[in-house]
Amino acid sequence: MISARLTVNDEEREIAFWPSDTLLFVLRERLGLTGAKPGCLNGDCGACTVNVNGTAMKSCLMLAVEGMNQTIRTIEGLKDSPIQHAFIEHFAFQCGYCTPGFIMNINSLLKKHPNADDSTIKEFLSSNICRCTGYQEIEKAVKSLLKINREDKAGLPNDE
Amino acid sequence: MGLIGKSVFRKEAWEKVTGTARYTADYPATDSLHAKIVVSPYAHAVIKSIHIAKAKEVFGVRAVITGEHFPLTGEEIRDRPVLAKNKVRHHGEAVALVVADTPQQAKRAAELIEVEYEQLPVVHSPTEALKPNAPLVHEQLGSYKKEDRVYPEPGTNVANRTKIRKGSMERGWNLSEVVVEERFSFSPSDHAAMETRCSTAEIHPDGNVYIMTSSQAPFMVKRLIHDYFGVDIGKIVVETPLVGGAYGGKASIQLELLAFIASIAVGGRKVRILNIREQDMLTSPCHIGLDATVKLGSTRDGKIQAAELLFLFDGGAYSDKGADLNRAAAVDCTGPYDIDHVWCDSLCVYTNHPYAAPFRGFSHSELLFTVERTMDVLADKLGMDRLQLRYINAIRPGDTTPTQVKLNKSNVGNLPECIVRLKKMIDWDMGMIQDLGNDKLRVKGVSCIWKTSTIESDAGSGVTLSFNPDGSINLISGVIEIGTGTKTILAQILAERLKMDIRMVHVQMKVNTQSTPEHWKTVASRGTFMAGRAVLAAAEDLIEQLKSIASCVLRVQAADLEVGYGKVFLRDEPETHLDIKDVAYGYVYPNGNGIGGQIIGRGHYNLRRLTYLDKETGAGKPGPEWSVGAQAVEIEYDKKHLTYRIVRAFSAVDIGTVLNEKAARGQVMGAMSMGLAFGGRETFVFDEWGRVLNPQLRTYRPLRYGEHPEYHVEFVVTPQLDAAYGARGAGEHGLMGMPAALGNALSLAAGVKLNELPLIPEQIWKMKQKEGHSHASL
Repeated sequence: MISARLTVNDEEREIAFWPSDTLLFVLRERLGLTGAKPGCLNGDCGACTVNVNGTAMKSCLMLAVEGMNQTIRTIEGLKDSPIQHAFIEHFAFQCGYCTPGFIMNINSLLKKHPNADDSTIKEFLSSNICRCTGYQEIEKAVKSLLKINREDKAGLPNDE
Repeated sequence: MGLIGKSVFRKEAWEKVTGTARYTADYPATDSLHAKIVVSPYAHAVIKSIHIAKAKEVFGVRAVITGEHFPLTGEEIRDRPVLAKNKVRHHGEAVALVVADTPQQAKRAAELIEVEYEQLPVVHSPTEALKPNAPLVHEQLGSYKKEDRVYPEPGTNVANRTKIRKGSMERGWNLSEVVVEERFSFSPSDHAAMETRCSTAEIHPDGNVYIMTSSQAPFMVKRLIHDYFGVDIGKIVVETPLVGGAYGGKASIQLELLAFIASIAVGGRKVRILNIREQDMLTSPCHIGLDATVKLGSTRDGKIQAAELLFLFDGGAYSDKGADLNRAAAVDCTGPYDIDHVWCDSLCVYTNHPYAAPFRGFSHSELLFTVERTMDVLADKLGMDRLQLRYINAIRPGDTTPTQVKLNKSNVGNLPECIVRLKKMIDWDMGMIQDLGNDKLRVKGVSCIWKTSTIESDAGSGVTLSFNPDGSINLISGVIEIGTGTKTILAQILAERLKMDIRMVHVQMKVNTQSTPEHWKTVASRGTFMAGRAVLAAAEDLIEQLKSIASCVLRVQAADLEVGYGKVFLRDEPETHLDIKDVAYGYVYPNGNGIGGQIIGRGHYNLRRLTYLDKETGAGKPGPEWSVGAQAVEIEYDKKHLTYRIVRAFSAVDIGTVLNEKAARGQVMGAMSMGLAFGGRETFVFDEWGRVLNPQLRTYRPLRYGEHPEYHVEFVVTPQLDAAYGARGAGEHGLMGMPAALGNALSLAAGVKLNELPLIPEQIWKMKQKEGHSHASL
């Protein structure tokens, strides 16, 4: 076991964990942040996606030790954000299990590419699987948030 | 209030977009031990020995369990050991269970268990399983306990056979001037819900059993733990929080049993099992496969006279719900067409494949793939427009179904209208094929759909409603929120009935079998129908109680009162009223006298006037109503590379009154997506030993973002008179015609009959090779 500090959702937390523990495991089992979901533990489904320094990362493919000195944001760290509103308004989820992963992926996408084109959106979102929707709802939610489509032209909160 | 049809946001929406929504594995497990399953690497093998000594030495291991002393299980036929006994019957079958302090320790120990096997010949398909010298998957089939009305054939691999005998085949064939016959085949695949199954179990010193599980059927978990293990049914409490996708796969009871025996092995301590993806696909039940032969005969002007269908469902190693899936396919075997002479044998056959759970549509997308592909072949042979053939034969009120149910304007939707609507949506008159040049074709394929439910003939649903002091209402129903939004729909139904603000309806998402009234299972597109009726009954109960108290206070007859808009008021003099919040907890007179108390309403609904099917003819009434629809896909096909892209997908469905427009669209589109994935790409790939080569989401590929077509959904509205506000079943129907429509489009595009799934380019290439049409440039 090692004891280390991780910065998660703007809070610095001291946690004991094994060097072999994944970030997903530590977030869920040590910090009680269960928004990131296990779906495959293999990087295939994206349900565990979080943001690390603003980049979408699959937390099942990253060790917790690699998260030291990084800024980690999970779905619990998003409050009342435009993406969350857009997901609700566009019915972009049903069972909701993939939703935190999709939202964190999109959070990163829109910060890096506020006016992302179709191929960039696809490049980001094809790493997550949604089994309930037809994806069209998610597409509409994302596109409603592109800067060119937003009346306030507001950007999204920056983690870097 | 005008809430019917309104796209109300789902009640648990903010929970789900903020990560606060909890699924089974999200509940803290600090007080829990963890179990890991050792699974069979073979599809059919004798277990010679199991060595557990090394595993037991691993630090933290509390128990190692093997299969000797547990009862056989199975909902229709008790054919499945909780842990394999003597032999394994499919790749991934649970052989042993390790319980340890942490999941890591349990995994390490599981890897140290050595099992010696002796491989047996493998039954690879239901067709193979029926050959005279096929190995038997279950030698003891005749000795198994079973439910009535399931008909296994001992000495064979037949787990169940359902017969449909309607009209006279002799007469049907005599009337037929044109006959076509097609054969079909596809392997099992998977539901691949994003939440892998998870169950915890604990047994308290007083004998009470507590289970938490990601399930569509917690009430059935309770019944079966009682049936199998003899625990008093009232002592079993099953909880199910939100479920992360189910699609039928979580209607089977499997992981709960492992959690339960694990808890027994450690003296009742709490044990959690969370499936890894590979075991969720192989060890827990999957999506059924099918081999089928369909023969249709019609007059030259396109009136179908006879249908002869043989369905051999690949139930896999255990019958579970497979022996029910084959019955459901028989019930609607003809597709949504009026055919007087029908012969169908629908079998659930044992093979050495992973065994089958229900899958969204409950065998209907499967049977419709075969029937609707054959419809196209018939249309071509007749030289008739494909939609015209379907229109002529479309099932209508006054017709009878294969099980001889007489249809009327309430119990079946309007299929002819769906076909007409679809025709417009897809510009059918512009032609089925458009040459885009550059070896590219745009091609359309169509399919019709129908389905009724075939669940228990008296399956029921209960609802309780209780007031809060502010006049808001808690709604408690046994429906599981698996993603369909049903519990939000129930809130809409309640708010509409009581003419109240829907924000004043609080819905309990979690189900606890001790405090939640039973909903049989959250399956079969019956949540809104059954629980919707229960909500209306409970609302009537509330209204009666409100009026009773108000009639005392206002000194009028209850019959003169109305309830709505937060008030109980005199019908002819609305200003004489009481606010509901002043009655909801009883009423207190100015002098301190109180009457009544917290008002609690209860309601239930049970399916009625349904009957068992006759063993020899299939005659009987299996379900309350049929939803119908017409669907299409448009693909862009590359003649050179035999690849394709799904450009657009269409549904014109009659789901009766639409209660929540966007939620209904979401159900239909999501189901279409799943149907396209099933038809287009999803399958287990087996090797020569019956092992599944792709039990991962990297090699088993559901649709991903960007691979989705443009969806077009329109609703035809034929209200079901006995349903809450006229809503029909809607959760499964979008899926059902997609594989067939895709198969029809691709068969037309490629110029070969594509009767096997999934429809990957390799399959097209194989068929082109077979028919000697290989492309000159290849």
